[in-house]
Amino acid sequence: MIKKVFFSVILIFLTSVKSNALIEVDITRGNLDPLPIAVSPLSADKDTNDKLKKELKIDKVGHKISEVVENNLKNSGLFNPLDKDAFLQKPDIAHLKPRFEDWSLIKAQALITGKVILKDEKLRVEFRLWDVLAAKEMMALAFTTVPSNWRRVGHIITDKIYERLTGEKGYFDTRIIYVAEDGPKTKRIKKLAIMDQDGSNTKYLTLGNELVLTPRFNPTNQMVTYLSYFRNLPRVYLLDIETGVQEVVGDFPGMTFAPRFSPDGKKIIMSFAMDGNSDIYTMDLENRIVERITNHPSIDTSPSYSPDGKFICFNSDRSGYQQIYVMKNDGTGVKRISFGKGLYGTPVWSPRGDLIAFTKLHKGKFYIGVMRTDGSGERLLTENYYQEAPSWSPNGRVLIFYRETKTDSEGKGFSAKLWSIDLTGYNERMVKTESDASDPSWSSLLSN
Amino acid sequence: MNLSKYLKNAFLVMLACLVLSACATKKVQNQMQGDVYTGKDTVEYLASGVPDRVFFATNESVLTTASRDTLRKQAEWLRKNSKINVVLEGHADERGTREYNLALGERRANAAKDYLMTYGISSNRISVISYGKERPVDSGSNPLAWSKNRRSVTVKAN
Repeated sequence: MIKKVFFSVILIFLTSVKSNALIEVDITRGNLDPLPIAVSPLSADKDTNDKLKKELKIDKVGHKISEVVENNLKNSGLFNPLDKDAFLQKPDIAHLKPRFEDWSLIKAQALITGKVILKDEKLRVEFRLWDVLAAKEMMALAFTTVPSNWRRVGHIITDKIYERLTGEKGYFDTRIIYVAEDGPKTKRIKKLAIMDQDGSNTKYLTLGNELVLTPRFNPTNQMVTYLSYFRNLPRVYLLDIETGVQEVVGDFPGMTFAPRFSPDGKKIIMSFAMDGNSDIYTMDLENRIVERITNHPSIDTSPSYSPDGKFICFNSDRSGYQQIYVMKNDGTGVKRISFGKGLYGTPVWSPRGDLIAFTKLHKGKFYIGVMRTDGSGERLLTENYYQEAPSWSPNGRVLIFYRETKTDSEGKGFSAKLWSIDLTGYNERMVKTESDASDPSWSSLLSN
Repeated sequence: MNLSKYLKNAFLVMLACLVLSACATKKVQNQMQGDVYTGKDTVEYLASGVPDRVFFATNESVLTTASRDTLRKQAEWLRKNSKINVVLEGHADERGTREYNLALGERRANAAKDYLMTYGISSNRISVISYGKERPVDSGSNPLAWSKNRRSVTVKAN
């Protein structure tokens, strides 16, 4: 279903050996002063534009790619893309040699230029990043791909720019898998859906005939594990996104739920509920061996591995109420780490390994927060009537989660939407989806 | 003269408001004990005098006196109708995380199952399913709606 795409990346210039005056963006603090950046439309010759319009119905592909880049940069909260109407230089000339005075006049500190050529049915896209104040080129790259991949080109360009300017990997060439919702609150229809990180290219993976919940990607983004109520038997399933083949995970005599992949993708960790008690189990996808990880009369659920696979954080009410615990991957050394006021749920280990994100319920409010893996340094990022289930961007800088609204006195006005927030607690924004949405899970970077 | 009449009317209106609001409060109180639902609004009947559901306190799966009374009636009805099998559907309110609520719904339905079994109903006549917070009966965002949604419902399976 989702085509695997191979990009050929050619480094066309290596001029800018780290010189000292170049711009940098600090992402470790809340950024109230985003970097002014000019994203010039990518230039394309008439022949390229005509062919793309005729054959693929893509109009002005250079403009469109630059809009993808601009939108990504803006949503990151770290950049302030400037109004294109103020640009003085033409895209093709700027790409060859920018007149830096013109760009500094409109207060741009960085400039992105580029060029698109259609040759032998392939799209060749090159772009350059310029430091306007230092009057220097910082980076130049070219990609060749099939024309229908033009949006991904925009995401990859953004990743390269983000990495060059912040020193950390980006998160733009990624997808979100989530549950699309529709209908009244008492009879909600739910489908698995997948979309690009910016909300485009939505595809539905199930029809809505049965209830589906909590989808999560495997590390290579080709498989999804989720909970389905197929034939009214709530079980963890595995879905191959490309082939659409689905299978039940394991042969359990009761409900399995809260699945996640291990970081090497070889196991699924999940809860199994029997006789009123939920414990954590793993199943090896190669040899199908099932292992019991916890054995306690309390509810143990929402397991999530550390990125090295050595530890598991999970949710348990063994102290009487929902709290967060950490244990070794064999189930030994269980240690409670959440001690603040309120209830804690949905722990997820950061891909960087240093933090655990969670949902907290305290005095009737729901919070998304983070704490260190020993439970210290708790920081609440956002408060609302109802929100839960954070999922990390692959670089560990942004969290996506879902939020539900309070209904009015007649029980009307319910909605569920995806939101994202920076680890700094800044840049909270709604993520656009075609319908109501919940249970988001962020993929890893599709290309590198 | 006019002023005093006006004041008198205003006083009457205020009095009426107070009486009405007192009634409203009383009505809600009558439908909940602590935060367990005790009303009849959503309850259906498996047979005459046999309610189909029991309700729980927030985060709890302990059966109340009223719940045990309901389940004894269900057990008696099941003994009389030995060919009927049932599904116990466990539910939670919307004020909890999805995965934990799935486990909580399962725990609640099993609390009801255990009680039916102690009154002689064979475990192979009873299956259990948890819907967590996925199937509320009341879409309200208030304590009364939540109390109706924290429930285990006994449904005929055949």
